[in-house]
Amino acid sequence: MSAPLIDLVGVRKTYRNGSLSVDALRGITLQIRPGEYTAIMGPSGSGKSTLMHIVGCLDVATSGSYHLAGENVGEMSEVELAQVRNRRVGFVFQQFNLLPSQSAWRNVELPLLYAGVGRDERRRRALAALDRVGLGDRAEHRPGELSGGQQQRVAVARAVVTEPALILADEPTGNLDSTATADVLALLRDLHDGGSTIVLITHEAEVGAQATRRVVVRDGGIVADEATAGVRAP
Amino acid sequence: MTWLETLRTGWDAIRTHRMRSALTTLGILIGIAAVILTVGLGEGAQGQVSAQINALGSNLLIVSPGSSTSGAGVRGGFGSASTLTVGDATALGSKVAAPDIAAVAPITQRSEALTAAANNWTTTVVGTTPNWLSVRARALASGRFLTEADEAQDAAVVVLAPTTATELFGSTDVAGQSVTINNIPFQVIGVLTSAGSDSTSNLDDQAIVPQATASTRLFGGSTRTSVQSIYIEATSGSTLSAADQEATSELDNLHGVSALNQDFTITAQQSLVNTVTSVDRTLTVLLAGIAALSLLVGGIGVMNIMLVSVAERTREIGLRKALGARPATIRNQFLVEASVLGLAGGLFGAVLGIAGAIVVPHLIGNPISISPTATAGAIAVSIAIGLVFGVYPATRAARLAPIDALRSE
Ligand SMILES: Nc1ncnc2c1ncn2[C@@H]1O[C@H](COP(=O)(O)OP(=O)(O)O)[C@@H](O)[C@H]1O
Ligand SMILES: [Mg+2]
Repeated sequence: MSAPLIDLVGVRKTYRNGSLSVDALRGITLQIRPGEYTAIMGPSGSGKSTLMHIVGCLDVATSGSYHLAGENVGEMSEVELAQVRNRRVGFVFQQFNLLPSQSAWRNVELPLLYAGVGRDERRRRALAALDRVGLGDRAEHRPGELSGGQQQRVAVARAVVTEPALILADEPTGNLDSTATADVLALLRDLHDGGSTIVLITHEAEVGAQATRRVVVRDGGIVADEATAGVRAP
Repeated sequence: MTWLETLRTGWDAIRTHRMRSALTTLGILIGIAAVILTVGLGEGAQGQVSAQINALGSNLLIVSPGSSTSGAGVRGGFGSASTLTVGDATALGSKVAAPDIAAVAPITQRSEALTAAANNWTTTVVGTTPNWLSVRARALASGRFLTEADEAQDAAVVVLAPTTATELFGSTDVAGQSVTINNIPFQVIGVLTSAGSDSTSNLDDQAIVPQATASTRLFGGSTRTSVQSIYIEATSGSTLSAADQEATSELDNLHGVSALNQDFTITAQQSLVNTVTSVDRTLTVLLAGIAALSLLVGGIGVMNIMLVSVAERTREIGLRKALGARPATIRNQFLVEASVLGLAGGLFGAVLGIAGAIVVPHLIGNPISISPTATAGAIAVSIAIGLVFGVYPATRAARLAPIDALRSE
């Protein structure tokens, strides 16, 4: 058995707003090995996004430990965290989060820009990533000129352009119709087949059924963790 | 990320918000244009004043009666206790006693009514010697100037300044005509060219007569040899202080006085230039200070807009951080944006200021000089303003926690 890519032990997260405090995560212990396709499921407010933010190094746990690819994230500086996000993680958000003033390929090249990749190579790799999501002919279009499904595919291209080990998708199909949902899920499936580690967050059962492992979260704790068939979308 | 790429990112942000960027730039633009105009106006005025004063003879020393504190000057009436005499002037003109003095012209003057045909005109009548023309750096438009012969004969001849000639005869081509001064007929022998006006009098409105004629026939005071002031021309600008010393010791000797009880004062035209230019400089500094204040306001405008920009783009900042932008990268992006705004304001402000410096003199008649140093300085300052007032907003952007930034709506 290979070493886990994600290794969370007793992770707690408490949000404090003045006197008010919310325990979003109450002791999460979870290991995910390289190449796994994990769906994190649970009702709204159960702590799924909070978990993803910690796994993606966008936020830090209040207590507990987190090792990503064997490295202790809790001891990293701002700059090191930025580097980890840039090299190891690709994010796909529910709201797409594309820069509206920039063309598709400019959006896709951003992670490469922050990785210090040269201009020509950035363009080449951004166009290749757009080809991979079937949008090679939309490279010069701005997000406003694309459908929701196409925008999310641009976001997937941006997530994979640095070829990160880990893809984190937080409700990526939440704003999409069924056709676009199927497209995006097929892309994630392809990435999984290509060896990427994928963590997919969703509260929809059919979407979660794509994954090969299902982790159910409720009230900040894991209530179920099981292998699934990994049904392919029709 | 290279600086060029940071610059491109900043430039994209500026282009995306054209209107806002233009308005921000306007604040700096006005400030820079104001600085260039006020400094140019001040320098132009300084240049004009010193040119005017220099035109009157920059190598000029003026001897006035009384100690430096008594305040007696050219306006002291003839016959009052003036301690200067024609003899003083002659002695100062001696090449032996005062080798650094080129020429000397004693002056007595009084306001008199002049009449030609049916016209009356009251002007300053100056009694002096032939040297006056060179000492005061004047020139003749027509006719001739006073001669030693006129002086020796107490000749009833007069040289008119152009305004005086025009007022009396309606023209300046009047050599040979006659004019009565104080009911004595005089012959006009020449007319001076125009010289403008100095701080105290209109140089184009006066009548020049021989010193001897003035004291014996016109002003008729008790002491015929007494004069109101003596103009001294030094051989050059560099011998001015030597000439001053020679004149002082010569007059000390003649009057039997010393530094303690001197009955005369010597002032240099150059010190007048210095006084006037220093007053002008003070005014320029004051105006430039006000202009600089408007730059400060422009800078605060930049800061305000950058803070709005950071708040509005919190989500974008969060996304960039999620994609791997370091705090320093985000900070530089906003700093570049602020300094590009500043630079744009500076460049457009310089263009406006220079255009103003070319156009405004036609409207107000004052010269405005365009100083390359002030212009370059103003542009540098405008970038600096962008940077300085961009630091706080940029630091705020850099410090945003990625997750808080991403979550914001
Ligand atoms: N920034 C925050 N401040 C305070 N409470 C928060 C914050 N973010 C999330 N929460 C709370 O933490 C809990 C988990 O939220 P979240 O992880 O977003 O749930 P999910 O993604 O499963 O819907 C919720 O009760 C939510 O209200
Ligand atoms: Mg959520």
